[in-house]
Amino acid sequence: MEVPIKVTVNGVLYEREVEPRLLLVNFLRDVLDLTGTHVGCDTSSCGACTVLLNGKAVKSCTIFAAQVDGAEITTIEGLARNGELHPLQEGFWQEHGLQCGFCTPGMIMAAYQLLDENPNPSEAEIRHALEGNYCRCTGYHNIVKSVQYAAKKLNA
Amino acid sequence: MFPAPFEYHRANSLEEALELLARFEGDAKLLAGGHSLIPTMKLRLNTPAHVIDIRNIPGFAEIRRSGDQLIIGGGTPHAAIEKSAEVQRSASALAHAAAVIGDPQVRNMGTIGGSLAHAEPAADYPAAVLAYDAQIVAVSAEGERTIPAGEFFVDLFTTALEEGEIIKEIRFPVDGDTVRSAYLKFPHPASRFAVVGCAVRLTMDGNTCTDARVAFTGVAATAFRDEGVEQDLIGKTLDDAAIKAAAQQAAENDELEFMEDHFASEAYRKHLAKVYAERAICTALGR
Repeated sequence: MEVPIKVTVNGVLYEREVEPRLLLVNFLRDVLDLTGTHVGCDTSSCGACTVLLNGKAVKSCTIFAAQVDGAEITTIEGLARNGELHPLQEGFWQEHGLQCGFCTPGMIMAAYQLLDENPNPSEAEIRHALEGNYCRCTGYHNIVKSVQYAAKKLNA
Repeated sequence: MFPAPFEYHRANSLEEALELLARFEGDAKLLAGGHSLIPTMKLRLNTPAHVIDIRNIPGFAEIRRSGDQLIIGGGTPHAAIEKSAEVQRSASALAHAAAVIGDPQVRNMGTIGGSLAHAEPAADYPAAVLAYDAQIVAVSAEGERTIPAGEFFVDLFTTALEEGEIIKEIRFPVDGDTVRSAYLKFPHPASRFAVVGCAVRLTMDGNTCTDARVAFTGVAATAFRDEGVEQDLIGKTLDDAAIKAAAQQAAENDELEFMEDHFASEAYRKHLAKVYAERAICTALGR
């Protein structure tokens, strides 16, 4: 039996009926056409599917859409404002924080929660906060620099 | 990967959840954070006809202090435990364990009640609840009962919980001025589960240890208290030599069902148990 849900995604309220086994990541991608959130490992390891659930970074491949009834979700599509990239998005661009880009939306959403809680993190704190996100291209070095760029810009 | 189809139910109180559990007679699973349940449902190792969501029950994720006890609601996420000033102050080893579970995203969703009920042999909390002699409060249609941590972990993925019971809360004795506690682990580099994790809780009179609880996870089929190490600490002045000697007693009980896999042999796990016993004791003592 389908379950009715009301969920606010990037500030827009959606009312949909979902099959209970529909995963949040597939709800975002296939129902709402928000394909910026990626399916990577599908086993809550790689972090490519990371979104914010009521402000906290979570792996949307391991959450049912039915569970987020009444919640607020933010995806990578919800970060830019009036055509201006969020400092994290700008940081990944400026500091070459990506190569193929597959992990990038998840990296940015995980880093978003970090900077929200700790506006001036050390390199070690950045690496610790991104433990749940795998990148197979960059070796992480430029990702750390990208987050540092964003922290600096947000604190300016 | 999608799980097999199921009916979804959201419980708004523990009473409602218990009623639903009773109604579906064993063909229902409880969903709190879902980070143990959903992966097993995707692999179709679990195919419940009904899933009862208990994540949003009011008051189920509370951390509170009551006299000499720290009481943590079964639905409390790891991140809330890790970041709680109250837990950091009154149960350091528990805060340490919560802080090293999985990764930040997993800690935002996964709950202490869910983790304990799942009884994964390499999970972090079991060592901490054993070192604290915590009391696990289970509620069912018949009422409440309290299960001591020492009787809770029965076997691999098997606990003393009965069908129709929910972990309502876990009660920990607070550390107090004379207690030093810590949890340290050697994480699997990919999964972050504990290859070996060690929780220690030492009661000190100056430099002399008057009571010791040392528990391991990841080493055997269930987490266990290591009385060999504990007995070698009690009554001793804990200098470097005494700590090292006690740590060498770790994982020497042949009655344990030691784990072994392609990542870590039994001998390697026993070796790591001694290394992490020493490190956890030193961390607890601030050395």
